[in-house]
Amino acid sequence: METKNLHSVAALFDTPEKIINAANKVKDAGYKKFDVNTPYPVHGMDKAMGLGQSKIGWITLFFGFSGAIFIFLFMGWTMAMNYPYVVGGKPFFSFPAFIPITFEVTVLSGSIATIVGMLAVFFNLPSLNDPIQDSDYLKQVSTDKFGILIQAANEKFDKEKVVEFLKSLGASTIEYIYEPEKEEFKILQPKFMVFLALVAILTSGGTYVTLNKLMYVIPFNWMDRQSKSNPQSETTFFHDGFAMRMPVKGTIAKGFMPYPYQGQAQPNEVLSNPTLPTKEILELGQRKFLTFCSPCHGNYADGNSRLRGQFPPGPTLHSDKIIGYSDGMIYNIITNGQNAMPSYAYQIPREQRWAIIDYIRVLQRAQNPKPSDFQAISQLKKESGKNVVN
Amino acid sequence: MSSTEIGYIKRDLPDKLKTLGVILLAAGAVLGLLGFLIDPQRAVFSYLAAFLFLVSIGIGSLFLVALEYAAGADWSTPFRRVSEFFSAVIPFLLLLIIPLLFNMHNLFSWTHKNIVDGSELLKGKTSYLNIPFFVARSIGVIFIWWIFYFFIIKNSRMQDTSKDQALTGKNIKISSGFMPVFALSITVIAFDWLMSLEPSWFSTIFGVYFFAGTIWCALAALTLTVVLLNENGFLHSKITTDHYYTLGVLMFAFTAFWGYIAFSQYLLTWYADIPDETIWFMHRWVGGWKVISILIVLTHFVVPFFYLLSYKSKTNAKKLKFIAVWIMCSHFLDIYWMVMPSMNLNGFQYSFSWMDIVYPVAAVGFVILLFKSLSKKYNLLPVGDPKLKRGLDFHL
Repeated sequence: METKNLHSVAALFDTPEKIINAANKVKDAGYKKFDVNTPYPVHGMDKAMGLGQSKIGWITLFFGFSGAIFIFLFMGWTMAMNYPYVVGGKPFFSFPAFIPITFEVTVLSGSIATIVGMLAVFFNLPSLNDPIQDSDYLKQVSTDKFGILIQAANEKFDKEKVVEFLKSLGASTIEYIYEPEKEEFKILQPKFMVFLALVAILTSGGTYVTLNKLMYVIPFNWMDRQSKSNPQSETTFFHDGFAMRMPVKGTIAKGFMPYPYQGQAQPNEVLSNPTLPTKEILELGQRKFLTFCSPCHGNYADGNSRLRGQFPPGPTLHSDKIIGYSDGMIYNIITNGQNAMPSYAYQIPREQRWAIIDYIRVLQRAQNPKPSDFQAISQLKKESGKNVVN
Repeated sequence: MSSTEIGYIKRDLPDKLKTLGVILLAAGAVLGLLGFLIDPQRAVFSYLAAFLFLVSIGIGSLFLVALEYAAGADWSTPFRRVSEFFSAVIPFLLLLIIPLLFNMHNLFSWTHKNIVDGSELLKGKTSYLNIPFFVARSIGVIFIWWIFYFFIIKNSRMQDTSKDQALTGKNIKISSGFMPVFALSITVIAFDWLMSLEPSWFSTIFGVYFFAGTIWCALAALTLTVVLLNENGFLHSKITTDHYYTLGVLMFAFTAFWGYIAFSQYLLTWYADIPDETIWFMHRWVGGWKVISILIVLTHFVVPFFYLLSYKSKTNAKKLKFIAVWIMCSHFLDIYWMVMPSMNLNGFQYSFSWMDIVYPVAAVGFVILLFKSLSKKYNLLPVGDPKLKRGLDFHL
């Protein structure tokens, strides 16, 4: 025992009045590092110990505000800048819609920061134990005694004097509390490894049971039983028993435009291109071309298919035949399909089909440049001093 | 426990208060009558705003009294009397409602037959929105409040002399019964007197919205009075900043609660974006009302929220008095904002009128006068209440 470092001298008192008095006297005697432990909150203790207003509120305030600002900017960035997506016809940056989440993240970050901050302050994190944890003193003050301890780290600490002082205040018992021996925490000890393995088994087993078994048990499977009809299925809701309905007679779908050459492989006349090849249109056409056309026709429309023989490769679009096609003819092919190519009428909306055609024209021109194009490029190079087209 | 035992000495409030109350009430009443003669339509709307402000103070205070009994709170026992005095407004509401009942044609468009006939929606509501049922509801609700007020206050006052602890038990029972009645009746009042001003509009949360503001206002009135009385030594030396802090916390809580409810109501309307529902907010967003709408968000939520956030402002008497006055003003502004834009069916271009000030001034004068005369008759502390000693010894 003598080899250990003394952490503090603790004294036990029998009544709350005595402990208040003791705390007052200890404070007045000029000890700074002392603490009081009682089985229940004793009113007036803060004042007796000379404690000020807790600073923990500032942690809450700081993290609450940072959470609010962070999540608000984050939502603004995701919803209005990075991935703008129309929800319910509202603007991308919808202030009212952001408020509930801002509120909740404020509360969440504020409360978590408060708890973590409190633990950090009281338990002196990352240390996981306190010298008093393994003492008789703690057992007593968590049942029916009121304890006070004066730390050895106080400036004017003198063991004998402190004991005398505490006895003079009416302490019933005096106890010495020593610093615990520092134990190294070895990560590769068998107990810990078994614990890790157990956690892994429990987590994965629990996940498996939840996802594969529990989800099919009443009431967790209620979502499967909805009062709706799936496509291609029967229903008792309508007289004819079909779940899928025909449009009401004499109506057309919103935004519907008739296409007069539906199903004709080689129509005599075709539509003319309503778009101008502006920068926006060409960029849209490029995106859509790379999505829908390039798998078969290649990224540069040269027939360099990525399909590696799993499907008949698309022909190059730089042949004289296709360069000779009018825009309307290519539109007709995208809409109706041709040979092995299916119709893309349902995947690609009208305007995007025209944009793709504009982009195909760009690719064709890039493969078969005219002398004037070279002149224009060298002119641009001179002006900007940079390599414009590589 | 006698009154000397707890150290309370009854002192009369200064007579200045009576003079002030009489001046405010008389000036307000005279000008108010004039208003009814000059422009009855404007007058009745301004009057309605002031009337609902009195309803807020009266029924909100009775709720606080009942809450203290039902919840068994003891920290608020030393100033329960203040709330009791404020709730004495309730019996007078039966008188004060008369000018409104005689001017319903100016207030409510659903009393006009041609308007109702032109709208399927209003035709469907006639079984609820018709004059006889409306009048019966309004008077009935105030009458029920009066009954509860009468019994709770009677028991409380009897205890001052009889010191009978059983009276507290009786009041706990009455107060518990009052809670559900209160919840329903305040909804009825909010629906009838505020929501039906624009009869095609509806919002199910509206009763809760009015409730939140009502309790907030009653708390502010309580806080202001307690701090003023205690500073001048009319209450008890044992009432400390710990009591102030608790009042401040409650005001803070109701600030947040009101913000939560007000925003819930707005968000759902904004999301659904149905013309029937958005019209109410549209009327409060055009014709000069936009400034007031934004002002209410600031005065009713943002400012009090951040003001009351710190421990210091909840314990500082001066700061509490300021925010209590602020809260009562912004609650009146909130009522004003709910009432006024419905003045014309086609929306109402905002214009200030002297009548908007006259009626609330009369209301404040009336409350001061009422408080003064009651405080002369009865103790400011419920000296016979068994919870009083614990309430005075209250510490955080």
